[in-house]
Amino acid sequence: MNDLVNETTLVELSTLAALPLEPGKSKATLDALNEVLALVGQMQSLDVANVRPLAHPLERHQSLRADSVTETINPSALSQNAPLYEASLYFVPKVIE
Amino acid sequence: MSIPAGWQIDIGLEIHAQLNTRSKIFSGASTLFGQPPNSQACAIDLGMPGVLPSVNAEVFKKAVQFGLSIGARINQESRFDRKNYFYPDLPKGYQITQMDHPIVLGGEITIQTSDATDKIIRITRAHLEEDAGKSVHDFKPGHTGIDLNRAGTPLLEIVSEPDIKNAAEAVAYAKAIHQLLTYLEVCDGNMAEGSLRFDANISVRRQDAETLGTRSEIKNLNSFRFLEQAIHFETERQISVLEAGGTLIQDTRLFDPDRHETRSMRSKETATDYRYFPEPDLLPVLLTAEFIEEIQAQLPELPGTRAQRYQTMHELSASDAVLLSQDRRLGDYFDEVLTFSGNAKSAANWVRGDLLSKLNEHELGIAACPISPKHLGEMIQLIDQGVISGKIAKEVFAALWSKQTESAGDYVEKNQLEQVSDASAIEPLIDALIAENPKQAADLRAGKDKLLGFFVGKVMQATQGKANPKQVNDLIRQKLSKA
Repeated sequence: MNDLVNETTLVELSTLAALPLEPGKSKATLDALNEVLALVGQMQSLDVANVRPLAHPLERHQSLRADSVTETINPSALSQNAPLYEASLYFVPKVIE
Repeated sequence: MSIPAGWQIDIGLEIHAQLNTRSKIFSGASTLFGQPPNSQACAIDLGMPGVLPSVNAEVFKKAVQFGLSIGARINQESRFDRKNYFYPDLPKGYQITQMDHPIVLGGEITIQTSDATDKIIRITRAHLEEDAGKSVHDFKPGHTGIDLNRAGTPLLEIVSEPDIKNAAEAVAYAKAIHQLLTYLEVCDGNMAEGSLRFDANISVRRQDAETLGTRSEIKNLNSFRFLEQAIHFETERQISVLEAGGTLIQDTRLFDPDRHETRSMRSKETATDYRYFPEPDLLPVLLTAEFIEEIQAQLPELPGTRAQRYQTMHELSASDAVLLSQDRRLGDYFDEVLTFSGNAKSAANWVRGDLLSKLNEHELGIAACPISPKHLGEMIQLIDQGVISGKIAKEVFAALWSKQTESAGDYVEKNQLEQVSDASAIEPLIDALIAENPKQAADLRAGKDKLLGFFVGKVMQATQGKANPKQVNDLIRQKLSKA
């Protein structure tokens, strides 16, 4: 099977994901990605026409909680890894609608 | 706006109703409105790594209440899915919603069309999901601020079939949903705070066309007026494009009320664009038959049934019946007044008239009414028993409103306001009036009935409103027929 991700796509993905590639690790990353995609291809080739979709691997049902306020919130702690946080707001580059 | 000849319009509405729970749908953070930015967004709402959602039981209760009220099927097993899209007010990068197995399926709402006939609007489904945060523009140049307090607030999205044929029907339908949600007390219905928001799917087609036209979705309409205007502008736009020989593309649009237009935001996404998949962090939710039956048993009498009861059992007019049943608290108040007074017509007149105008004047809801239904009912009973006249009742009502007294009876007794029903006390007054006004008396005897009011008014004045006007009426007639 041909590799789906090549060097150019990898650089593009790295840029889009904002995840810099470590020098010398391009080849290993490329191989790993292509292995994942090959597995996906293998899964897609299976005949599942008569198999009921699995909603969740655990055959149990969700437990529900009572409607009460239980969280104590510390905005300054939660905002510590935000690139830009001022006047209690998270800032992102201007969104154009 | 009337629809241009040769065209028809098809509208389906998606209504997002915030459910009025104390905590969020998937976290224990508060849902209180108007708090400082980001003071109510916990790690779960922010989508921090490693957190897990936990489901608020109350949202299911409220969704089931709504579903049962519209005659829908309740899915005992419903599931959550991930709807993936990227926007800064959605920190997880996906919204947890219900795609394939929503809690509510089907149902219907009856609206009144402009020619006063009933029309059924079918509801496709209603599903639970989480609200996103809010963007704050114009605070910092070149940036958009994000307040995530709203993120995770529970929403019930109610989706209608495209049974709506014009803007007036869309508004009637939206108002009917608003009324039902607030009546059930599952949503506060505060449109200014965004508790209810509409997306309108609009398409036009030639009168004889059998299939629906290409639709546009107008997002985030937050008032009935904007909903109506947006439908007008969008249908006008679509018809003018088609009449000019153009074609429409399916898109998502924003309504600009200042420029009276809708603007394309993006070409319409389809379900595949959102890459829905089952939410792996949540198991399917199973509601027991008992849980649903219990909610059914606790469901209040709904506005339509209540209005019908008022008309058939209590012989109220259709307008009184509808007005008194549109607000659950007002209907409950009226029912109590009725219990204590035993006089439906009079109770309706007092509640609809004096009481509602006082409440409006002071901008109060029925829950903050200073007069208890018991006390108003007792006052009406005093009128019916002939203890006080209608005129004195106005004074007693004012005293009850201003809390000068708790009890109408005590106030009447203390201020000696009992109606004078003793004929021997009234007759001398009438005799004197006839003697003082011989011309008017003669004219009344000759058939000028309008003058009866003159004499009744004089007697009421002389008794400071304490005479029984009906009795005074009868006595004057008797006297003049004898003379």
